[in-house]
Amino acid sequence: MDPQYITPFIKSIQNVFSTMLRMPITINKPTIKKGASATYDVSGIIGMSGDVVGSVVLSFPKDTAQKLVTAFCGMEFPPDSPDFADAVGELVNMISGSAKGMFVDKNVSISCPSVVIGPGHHINTRSDTPCVSIPCSTSQGDLAIEIAIREAGVAAATGKAPSSTRAA
Amino acid sequence: MKIMLVDDSKTMRSIQKSVLGQLGYSEIEEACDGQDALSKVGAFQPDLLLVDWNMPNMDGITFVKHYRQTNKTTPIIMVTTESEKSRVIEAIKAGVNNYVVKPFTPDALSQRITETLTKKAA
Repeated sequence: MDPQYITPFIKSIQNVFSTMLRMPITINKPTIKKGASATYDVSGIIGMSGDVVGSVVLSFPKDTAQKLVTAFCGMEFPPDSPDFADAVGELVNMISGSAKGMFVDKNVSISCPSVVIGPGHHINTRSDTPCVSIPCSTSQGDLAIEIAIREAGVAAATGKAPSSTRAA
Repeated sequence: MKIMLVDDSKTMRSIQKSVLGQLGYSEIEEACDGQDALSKVGAFQPDLLLVDWNMPNMDGITFVKHYRQTNKTTPIIMVTTESEKSRVIEAIKAGVNNYVVKPFTPDALSQRITETLTKKAA
């Protein structure tokens, strides 16, 4: 994947965490993610369309997600509440929206976020698009941002299957 | 002062309500998308609207265009992750008076609200 699409997400997640959660975040070494298994139990997912297509996943252990949602909202929500999912969705929305604003000369739209909660769920991305996973550390625990995007022109040539999400 | 918050995220509306509360504004109506907002503006008659861009059913820019057909003067602040210059220009052309990019600090949002209302009162 072109590194020009990775740097904006790193800048964006740092900005969102410092601005909205007042919390520093450490960015660790990115890797290519293999397989469709979600890294952690809670996934905030957003789609990108336009000049750049694909998906972005913010993945947390449930415990970490709860602590981060509390820091974000100023109050605690149980993980099975709509408010918890809403807060996770808004975090991935802000990170993705802010990152796509840094893409140079690209017209990109983002979808409304989806949130999947539960152990062992799978997130299938297009088979022609590598997924870059960036592990991150905070004082409240670890998380990962997983980016599987590429330029739309390449998509038209390959015609591979779109992404999907399913519970295990 | 009556303020309408239009955002599909309840979390974001709560954050905005908290900022408005600190500024002393408590008469607030919430809408979860553009359609919901259109159905409520007539009865609520807001003095200021804070509108998100990306929402299901009817997005913020479509809502602003509809709203401006009948209301040319009530100030609208777009509060969104859409930070590209082309989007800001599109929003201003549609009738948005001020623009706040998410993520924002409470101070930045307060400043834009105060600035917008001061300009309106002048």
